[in-house]
Amino acid sequence: MAEPSPILSADRPLVVGKARVESVGERDTAWTRLIFVYLACATSWLIVGTLIGVYLSIKFTAPDVDHVPWLSFGRLRPVHTNTVFWGWTSLAMIALVLYVVPKTSQRRLYSFPLAWISLALINLAVVIGGLCLMGGINNGGQEYREYIWPVMAIFASGVVLTAYNLIRTIADRGVEEIYISNWYIMGGFLWTSVLVTIAYLPFYQQNGISETVIQGYYMHNAVGMWFTPIVLGLTYYFLPKLLNKPIYSYSLGVLAFWTQMVFYTMIGGHHFVFAPTPWWLQTVAIIFSVGMIVTLAAGTGNFLLTMKGSGRTIARSYSLPFILAGVIGYFLWSAQGTLEALRSLNLVWHFTNYTVAHSHLTMYGFVVFLIWGGIYGLLPRMTGREPSHLLAGVHFWFALLGYFIYTFALMVGGTLQGVSWILNAPFIESVRLMAPFWLWRAVGGAMMFLSHLIFAYNLWRMRPLRLERTMPVAQMGALA
Amino acid sequence: MSFHKNHWLLFSVIFFGYIALSWIAAIGPAIWVQDHTRALPGSAPMTPVERRGLQVYIAEGCIACHTQQVRPLKMDAVWGRPSAPGDYAHLKPLDIWQPYAPAVLGSERTGPDLTSIGTRQPSETWQYLHLYNPRAVSPDSVMPAFPWLFEVVANAPADAVVVPVPPAYAPSAGTVVASDKARALVAYLLSLKQVPLRASGANNAAAGTPVPPENATAGAEGATLYSNHCASCHQANGRGLAGVFPSLANNPVVVADDPAPHIATVLHGAQGRTIEGMTYPAAMPAFADQLTDAQIAAIVDHERSSWGNQAPKVTAKDVAAVRKGEAK
Repeated sequence: MAEPSPILSADRPLVVGKARVESVGERDTAWTRLIFVYLACATSWLIVGTLIGVYLSIKFTAPDVDHVPWLSFGRLRPVHTNTVFWGWTSLAMIALVLYVVPKTSQRRLYSFPLAWISLALINLAVVIGGLCLMGGINNGGQEYREYIWPVMAIFASGVVLTAYNLIRTIADRGVEEIYISNWYIMGGFLWTSVLVTIAYLPFYQQNGISETVIQGYYMHNAVGMWFTPIVLGLTYYFLPKLLNKPIYSYSLGVLAFWTQMVFYTMIGGHHFVFAPTPWWLQTVAIIFSVGMIVTLAAGTGNFLLTMKGSGRTIARSYSLPFILAGVIGYFLWSAQGTLEALRSLNLVWHFTNYTVAHSHLTMYGFVVFLIWGGIYGLLPRMTGREPSHLLAGVHFWFALLGYFIYTFALMVGGTLQGVSWILNAPFIESVRLMAPFWLWRAVGGAMMFLSHLIFAYNLWRMRPLRLERTMPVAQMGALA
Repeated sequence: MSFHKNHWLLFSVIFFGYIALSWIAAIGPAIWVQDHTRALPGSAPMTPVERRGLQVYIAEGCIACHTQQVRPLKMDAVWGRPSAPGDYAHLKPLDIWQPYAPAVLGSERTGPDLTSIGTRQPSETWQYLHLYNPRAVSPDSVMPAFPWLFEVVANAPADAVVVPVPPAYAPSAGTVVASDKARALVAYLLSLKQVPLRASGANNAAAGTPVPPENATAGAEGATLYSNHCASCHQANGRGLAGVFPSLANNPVVVADDPAPHIATVLHGAQGRTIEGMTYPAAMPAFADQLTDAQIAAIVDHERSSWGNQAPKVTAKDVAAVRKGEAK
């Protein structure tokens, strides 16, 4: 029945062919190895952290799946969030930073030993922190700062050492100008150093509501003054580099940077709208949440206008689709945060699973997609080894569809939860009605996890090969 | 001098600018709140056992799903009056590893708000049973079970807190006994009650106590009220839990023609009653202070006309009469 088409070739490929990258390996093998080991550690934490996430999602459908204390929901939930925050996302981001900062400063990284020490410290903090949380030792239940202070001190020293390493690198740069990426990256490191210090100093959080004021500031800034500026800074490097053209507007990048610093710092209070925190603080937070539209529009517009006219390049690349999805996610999901801060909508969505969807949309649909774009863009050029193009595509689509299913289920379910409370239905109704949505969340989460396994395999395919490193060809012959 | 060329200028502005902004957005307000928050008159500091209970509450991560903040919204009236800063004044750092007030306000309400759980569900038996396995008393609950807060013993000592676990959830042999941790946690949960706010001016009228949630649940929404206030023990099907919480279906007091004893039980609670040969030691809370006459009438009506019960209905006036009669 199926006649061969006269106009299409008989053996069409399964998917669109992706362009190969020129396989010139980076000569500085110590540098390549450092970045690869950072990424390998990060990816291990991704697997561990999201496996825990999937397991937790199952507990909403089968709460009696286990009765082991250190696997119980209340203890394991912060292990999931902290592992993907500080283990996966932070280390993956730092790996790319350790490439971009020296590259744009046109000099070698100031100190390799310092970078290795930072890696060890951050890994150590995530290991000890996770074990403590499972043992029921936490920081008083403060979200995203559940690690007790000695553990967070280990993490923070890793961040501060890296910051020092980067400042020295930038200070001795081989060009006159500080490239915009480094503004964002150093912003992320300096702000986070201050943030963690403020959040962990006890003097002004000695009773319930004073602690709440700090908690709102911290939990928002830990995401938006660490992950957001650094991945944006990375994108200011990778996007023009991979498209092989300059960024659309340098000035828009600078505008977005300063508004990020001023507006974003003020908006943490919106996590406690209608709480007994000072009303003016909540109002200020809501106003600046709306102000963030300026930052969002400037940043996203800049990236999209840079991509304009390069549709074909993006379609033929396996890294740029991640960046495109991440940039669109940056705008959409951050704008969603602004909506959630408005009092009229906050009263529907606050306390519901809608907020869980929002945190995954931003951390995953924006931050993590930009990181993946950076990794697929960078690593093949450093090691000279490519991932399977097909599997990179499978990774992309499973991650994208998975997080769509996950978050749309929780957004619909969360809205229904809020409505049921407004209608004064019995509370248990809001639990019962979530059952199908929690199931879909588990399905979406499992797809995301599957994509991470594929990503881990791709990372393995892009690994630097040992023998090519230091030995001249003649000696290799002698060994054979 | 330029941000683009002078890295020390750029990084200093980033660093010190952020510290300045943080003072405005976080440290300043936190200090102000800390210095201006007083415990409410009539509130008591936590007892040592309640403090230990709070530690268990924090260690087990209860705050992941439970809030302790009532917003000044109609939808939150079911949890109590709007929370005030003074409600949290007694929260102090737990130890050297947690030198901050614990974050009990929470950010998610996957489970109910616990601001006044001690008022809403004062039955210790229910609390223990619910912690041992929430499904034993609330079949649709997705809360984790906490069996490690209990011990299974062959012979319970005289001073032990024995948990009457229904057979479906009980261990195959032995008696379930609450550990020190469970006892502390339940002591903490039962201590969670709102202290009445003394309205000192017109502005505080909205925060008066107790909040009569009349508007929120006006009309004969007996089923909803029953679900919120009664079903956790007597169950949605009215059959209670054998030997622990009495059945209301065909219960002699509920189906009696004279509603007065039924109304009086809801108003003032009960303990140690013997119903059809079975004695129930667990205490039932009193609802006189929590619910209006109309609400109690709606609940009583619902109970008298559900699960096969067919007893004469009551009105708010009947409830008022019993309330007055008992008061005299």
